[in-house]
Amino acid sequence: MAQIFHRSANTLSRVTIFGAVFIAGFVLWVIGGIVRSPYFTNQGNALEQVVPFSHQHHVGGLGIDCRYCHTSVETSSFAGIPPTSTCMNCHSQIWTNASMLEPVRASFRTGKPLVWNRVHRLPDYVHFNHSIHVAKGVGCASCHGRIDKMNLVYQASPLTMEWCLDCHRAPEKFIRPREEVFNMGYVAKNQATLGPELVKRYGVKSMTHCSTCHY
Amino acid sequence: MSDNKTLSFTDFRARVGDLRGKEYWRSLEELSRSDVFDDFMHQEFPQQAVALDKGVDRRDFMKLMGASVAMAGLAACAPPAETIVPYVNQPESLIPGKPLFFASAMPLGGVATGVLVESHMNRPTKIEGNPSHPTSMGASDALMQAAVLGLYDPDRSQVVRKLGDTATWGDFIAALQPVVTAAKTNGSGLRILTQTITSPTLGAQMQALLAQYPGMKWHQWEPVNADGVREGNRLAFGSYVHTHYDFTKANVVVSLGSDFLGAGPGHLRYARDFMSRRRIRNGAKAMNRLYALEGSMSNTGSVADHRVVVKPSQIEDFARQILAGQSAHPVVATLIKDLQANRGASVVIAGDEQPAAVHAIAQAINTQLGNIGTTVRVTDPIEVAPVNQLASLMELVRDMNAGRVQALIILGGNPVFDAPADLQFRKALEKVPFRAHHSLYYDETSLLSHWHVPDTHWLETWGDARGHDGTVSIIQPLIAPLYNGRSVHEVVGALIGGLDQTAYQTVRKYWFANGATEDTWRRWLHDGIIPNSALPVKGGAATAPPPTANRQPATEGIELELRHDPTIYDGRFANNSWLQELPKPQTKITWDNVLIVGPKTADKIGFDTDDRSELFNLKKTRFAEVAYRGVTMRLPVWVVPGYAEDVATVYFGYGRLAGGSVATEKGKGFNTYPLRFSNALHGGPGAKITIDRGSKPYPVACTQEHQSIDPKDVGERGIIRSATLAGYIANPKFAQDPHHGSDVSGHGSESMYPDWDYSNNHAWAMVIDTSVCTGCNGCVAACQAENNIATVGKEEVVREREMHWLRIDRYYRGEVENPEVFHQPVPCMQCELAPCEPVCPVEATSHSDDGLNDMTYNRCVGTRYCSNNCPYKVRRFNFFHYADYDTPALKPMRNPDVTVRTRGVMEKCTYCVQRINAAKIEAEKENRRVRDGEVVTACQQACPTQAIVFGDMNDPKSEVAQLKAQHHHYALLEELQTRPRTTYLGNVRNPHPDLATPHKADTGHEG
Repeated sequence: MAQIFHRSANTLSRVTIFGAVFIAGFVLWVIGGIVRSPYFTNQGNALEQVVPFSHQHHVGGLGIDCRYCHTSVETSSFAGIPPTSTCMNCHSQIWTNASMLEPVRASFRTGKPLVWNRVHRLPDYVHFNHSIHVAKGVGCASCHGRIDKMNLVYQASPLTMEWCLDCHRAPEKFIRPREEVFNMGYVAKNQATLGPELVKRYGVKSMTHCSTCHY
Repeated sequence: MSDNKTLSFTDFRARVGDLRGKEYWRSLEELSRSDVFDDFMHQEFPQQAVALDKGVDRRDFMKLMGASVAMAGLAACAPPAETIVPYVNQPESLIPGKPLFFASAMPLGGVATGVLVESHMNRPTKIEGNPSHPTSMGASDALMQAAVLGLYDPDRSQVVRKLGDTATWGDFIAALQPVVTAAKTNGSGLRILTQTITSPTLGAQMQALLAQYPGMKWHQWEPVNADGVREGNRLAFGSYVHTHYDFTKANVVVSLGSDFLGAGPGHLRYARDFMSRRRIRNGAKAMNRLYALEGSMSNTGSVADHRVVVKPSQIEDFARQILAGQSAHPVVATLIKDLQANRGASVVIAGDEQPAAVHAIAQAINTQLGNIGTTVRVTDPIEVAPVNQLASLMELVRDMNAGRVQALIILGGNPVFDAPADLQFRKALEKVPFRAHHSLYYDETSLLSHWHVPDTHWLETWGDARGHDGTVSIIQPLIAPLYNGRSVHEVVGALIGGLDQTAYQTVRKYWFANGATEDTWRRWLHDGIIPNSALPVKGGAATAPPPTANRQPATEGIELELRHDPTIYDGRFANNSWLQELPKPQTKITWDNVLIVGPKTADKIGFDTDDRSELFNLKKTRFAEVAYRGVTMRLPVWVVPGYAEDVATVYFGYGRLAGGSVATEKGKGFNTYPLRFSNALHGGPGAKITIDRGSKPYPVACTQEHQSIDPKDVGERGIIRSATLAGYIANPKFAQDPHHGSDVSGHGSESMYPDWDYSNNHAWAMVIDTSVCTGCNGCVAACQAENNIATVGKEEVVREREMHWLRIDRYYRGEVENPEVFHQPVPCMQCELAPCEPVCPVEATSHSDDGLNDMTYNRCVGTRYCSNNCPYKVRRFNFFHYADYDTPALKPMRNPDVTVRTRGVMEKCTYCVQRINAAKIEAEKENRRVRDGEVVTACQQACPTQAIVFGDMNDPKSEVAQLKAQHHHYALLEELQTRPRTTYLGNVRNPHPDLATPHKADTGHEG
């Protein structure tokens, strides 16, 4: 009986079988790349806001401390978005006629709150607490990037679980002295020796079990 | 099914004889050990027995698969956009992300229980007891826990109605004008019907109203009322007085049909005080003793040292025997001796359902024993106007029938549904020309009223009320009225004429006229009580022994006992699905009411063992025809041990015709109010009950055997371990396994898995003292509220898919007619070597550094291997999308610190890890360890008897570590080497030495 397949079918089948492993691997690699990409994580994506509030101007230029507006960052899970009245502390005195600030004044007049678009969004099954990170020497800029250089705030970090774990697994690489937490421009000179020392001093633990964040 | 080798009743009596002292059982079916039951027991996943209703063919399958793949792709595109809405002016004390707690009080039956309400950004989400309030002492019950769902309930009435059509408050006020004008000249035409009122402010308003409209009459009616107590005390003391009890000083307690640990004013406090004398710690030599006389099984009876099963109608005879000091009944005779030996340190307490005579006799006994002033406290009434509510309602009905009532304003309550059947309230009401009803729901009474005004929930209005000892609490709102409700103060205010008075102004004005200043007012609101407002204790003695009642002894038929439902109360909570799905403490039935009888009675009415066993496996039961005083009714029968012969119990509150979708559809049940007569409010003799064998069996959602541990798989010392006090003193280590010794942690014993090292960490652990658990369900409801646990509905409960993370197993031992009862709360054991962890293919369940078995919902793919491998059966699976994501009203109710689970996800108890983490973060910020008592789990916090203790067992000074060192400490299924972190203290009871016929195990000398 004649052969059904040509001899070349042997090679073809070998290549196909061999290739399938690579193809599957490649597909997984691509998926892995996509879910880590800014397309998926929203990293670097500046959102338009009801008032084009510039952190660059207020933080970088005027030097206002983060906690002037984000009042609960040291006490609560939520850092806090300032109420309209905080804006009006200054803007009842300066730039009182700026058209850009009309939504703020309108909010103050009518009692209707400003609605901001959320930039840093974690899924509902992740419970993040600002206060403990600040207390243990995680700088604002470590996660949020150089806010003082952003006009409109964008998400500087990918906020993936992998990214969280980078620090949770090796906190000594990232933490800084408590007094430098709100310093946007802080650069550690000797993280390799300072890090382990701070870990010890602040009692920082490498918390990687699931219920640290998921419950 | 197997060929049904079932045992007859006499057979299993014989069986019980054999097994006495050896085996605990949960139900009659288990006791009979029929093959049917064994089959049932060994279905690993009975839930899966339910197949798809119809098959899916290949083409449909392809369609479904294609669609789900496409949709899965769509769903994964990008996270949804979110907005943040800050305040315009942020309140000073409010920190976003941190809850605030406000003191308030929950009134029920007029009596307040102090609460602390957790508020997230001004949304009340959870209720705790107020530790400063004498009625709560920090504890809470299921009804309190479920109040948040009651607040947000979208089925609540949301608008003023005139003849069913939408109207406005202004329309109602206008409609009132002719009524009040007429009342000024001829007041007797105007009637007001309220529930029990202890509120000083409302009392003052009512007095003002009565002064303004001379001749106007005020009637009071509540189906669960304390008429018996009131009239009995009047018989005993000569005038209306209030009595409350101090169980901390009582060595001997006798309950005459009273469920003082489970229901009624002050039951949380009573449970705390009573159980404070039953905590067995190393070296304990004494505890109090409880004798309970009752016909049906109550929570109180279930923890009694001696339970005398009598017909409810016989309780009076026994009470008289105790008063006379002699009885032929051996237990009652011993009880009398015991009382005599504890003069001034004993309590005789009669049940709220008992007739006035029994209360009068009980107080006469207390006087005889010198208990008045020591354990029994007599004060002025806590009600602003104590009346015989039944007489008050009957007078109203008489006047309505005679046409003497021109206008009736009903403030709260639902008399069309719950008035005694023979009064025919409905017919009488229809003769009144102006009828207005003020209530939370548009219910049966609203339907028959010309006007309906929505009420405010107690969490959204101002008010005040007295606790069980008279202590006044100001009720402060946590949220503005959600559904346009008007508080009762506003409605009465409108009748008086003060239209612009809000409830806040009314309450505040009253108290500022009665001694408040701005400072004290703020202090009262903060503390949740007005200090020293408890009514002063009066002296007094019960005088002349009450007259012998003229009763015909009941010889024929079955005695019917009518009780309010343990979860939905008198029907007012029927629309609350948390309470509907809460297993009733003794029957473990959800979503239904049934006719409860004992096994002997069941045989008599023709529901024999064979029939029962067969239906049991189908989770069904038969209907019975109940004929009682000319009323016939069909009710499903349920057979429960520990019932007096010829006694049947019926709960009322079900069978609602209006008042919410849950009440009228999913949890409808059967309306048993037609069995309630004005001269026999709590039941009476003469019922004829016959089984309807021809009818279709009725499915009953009973959780009794769900998530069971097969007793056959249990080591020789069993799941429940108990001893008498004498047995405990002889052998304090009675609960420990002879083979495993005292090392219940299992450390050092052989295991395939490597040990975890917790030495540098916390080691969270829980100890549950089974001696003091009353099975009240407070913990189960608290867990549901704290952890956003969904309800599943009756059909799903029948399929064993209820979601409660914490269940209370109830075991019996001994005689079927009068068994001992043991309660055992079972949360997740947080095993150190957890069988659930290694079998998860996606590591959705894993071990935490401090020994919790974490459950990561977002990782779970729903293989259910973990649940399959859990020997304690504490894991719950979302077979469907049980959590309601869509109803907007329910969104603000949920605890923002706990993920709301979706379909296909396993969930379980994690010792309230959100609370652990919150405490850990606070401690870490101060660079210290979490202090003992800083983390309180929801179940622990609710528990009225402090049976649940949680803490870090690495800290040797912690309470939990000390309990773990108790001699009678044991772990469940310790021979499995799972090293559970949740462990138990053995049950110790204190039977009188003259009566104790100890079970072998109880003496501590296992043969």
